[in-house]
Amino acid sequence: MDRFMWTNGLLEMNETLVIQQRGVRLYDGDEKVTFCGVFRQHAKSSGIGKSAKIVIHLHPAPANKEPGPFQQSKFSYIKLSFKEHGQIEFYRRLMEEMTQKRWENTPVSQPISTTAGLKAGRTRAVGIVGIERKLEEKRKETDKNISEAFEDLSKLMEKAKEMVELSKSIASKIKDKQGDITEDETIRFKSYLLSMGIADPVTRETHGSGTHYHMQLARQLGDMLQAPLEERGGMMALTEVYCLVNRARGMELLSPEDLVNACKMFESLKLPLRLRVFDSGVMVVQLQSHNEEEMIASALDNVSEKGSLTAEEFAKLLGLSVLLAKERLLLAEKMGHLCRDDSVEGLRFYPNLF
Amino acid sequence: MSFEWPWQYNFPPFFTLQPNVDTRQKQLAAWCSLVLSYCRHRKLYTVDVLEVQESPVFNNKKIERKLSVEAIQVVFEELRKKGNLEWMDKNKTRCLIMWRRPEEWGKLIYQWVSKNGMVNSVFTLYELSNGEDTENEEFHGLEDWMLLRSLQALHAEGKAEVITLDDGKGVKFF
Repeated sequence: MDRFMWTNGLLEMNETLVIQQRGVRLYDGDEKVTFCGVFRQHAKSSGIGKSAKIVIHLHPAPANKEPGPFQQSKFSYIKLSFKEHGQIEFYRRLMEEMTQKRWENTPVSQPISTTAGLKAGRTRAVGIVGIERKLEEKRKETDKNISEAFEDLSKLMEKAKEMVELSKSIASKIKDKQGDITEDETIRFKSYLLSMGIADPVTRETHGSGTHYHMQLARQLGDMLQAPLEERGGMMALTEVYCLVNRARGMELLSPEDLVNACKMFESLKLPLRLRVFDSGVMVVQLQSHNEEEMIASALDNVSEKGSLTAEEFAKLLGLSVLLAKERLLLAEKMGHLCRDDSVEGLRFYPNLF
Repeated sequence: MSFEWPWQYNFPPFFTLQPNVDTRQKQLAAWCSLVLSYCRHRKLYTVDVLEVQESPVFNNKKIERKLSVEAIQVVFEELRKKGNLEWMDKNKTRCLIMWRRPEEWGKLIYQWVSKNGMVNSVFTLYELSNGEDTENEEFHGLEDWMLLRSLQALHAEGKAEVITLDDGKGVKFF
């Protein structure tokens, strides 16, 4: 076993990992050798396979061989005992390598930045510098692999962007020249766009996330909510708005968060809507033209007329939802126009005669 | 003479403690005066909290409303702050209602004493509160503890002095 040379665990320049096998024990001739863990093909050999052992006969070592585990050995063959199996595969690979004699095919004159003093084809590095260099090379290779892999993806993204541009231009053309394309085709085209997730609805992809998205969304809401708000007396609970908006959208639904954030921007965007939060935490969207004092004064009139009212009765009277009716009564109470009567019969509101 | 209930008594919200601060203040003020005038009418000087819940003051059967225990406590606290109420025990189960403050009583007593020219004479406490002569006076029937306090108030003004007699206490007016 004096053909072996010490080497570090990494691959040399012209070495490629053929096969790695664990649990292999080296026998120098027939004597067990204790230091081996992983073995790699390194020596010239020809061998015969025995049960769970491979014997590799070695040629005599070249004269200028570097120091190895054994300086001298009386055997000219080594045995590999496979404790954890894998010998068949190992043998096959070994034979492949033998026949191909790949190591003789690799060109010796590779562009290596080493001085002529070193052995041809190898940058035998020593110590830490060598290890570092190996690490660096490995890292570079990994980088290259990754960028190669993702090249395709970035190409795909470019194409997708072009597609989006194209469909946007078509969509705008549809809007301009209504007469040229028939209604059906327009609708169909729009539905295609919708199914791809682009065009009409203001989506996160087209406008990005964050405030810009919310601003656009706020504008859209401003348009959409005018009519429903007027039907409902100028005020709608945020939950109602959520249901209405998402039902209308069909796809690309809004999350509650997005809705709230968009509504918060009504005022800053000078839209005619307002998001209002009551003391109890209820949030409503109301028209800017909606005047709360008027509402409260009329609420007071209603209550005085009837003597006293519960939230349910008030809601029925005005055609509001019970939640909003209660909020209005509570607001009137807060302003001192009404007082409450809390009993087993329920909560009633009276004009504040105190 | 039957007691005249104020308009609030028949107003259901009167029996619910109002959340609105301003409204509540007005409500409590109305309650305080109601309690005091009722006690004055019935000549009640001490009140037991548990008993008083069923009293008509806090319980209007006609409109089926009654003031909750918490609210009663709030009203009593308000009275205490004004000086019209004093707790007799730490657990706040009994209290003294002073619908007239001791100083006011003292003044009344002294007026009667000087009106009848009885200054410089000595009275027993019993004479003052339960004597024939005082039957028509408002302080007739005044409970001892209250009488004592009013006399002590007069004492502070230098108009009377409480003295110990053989069978009790007495007072000399100056």
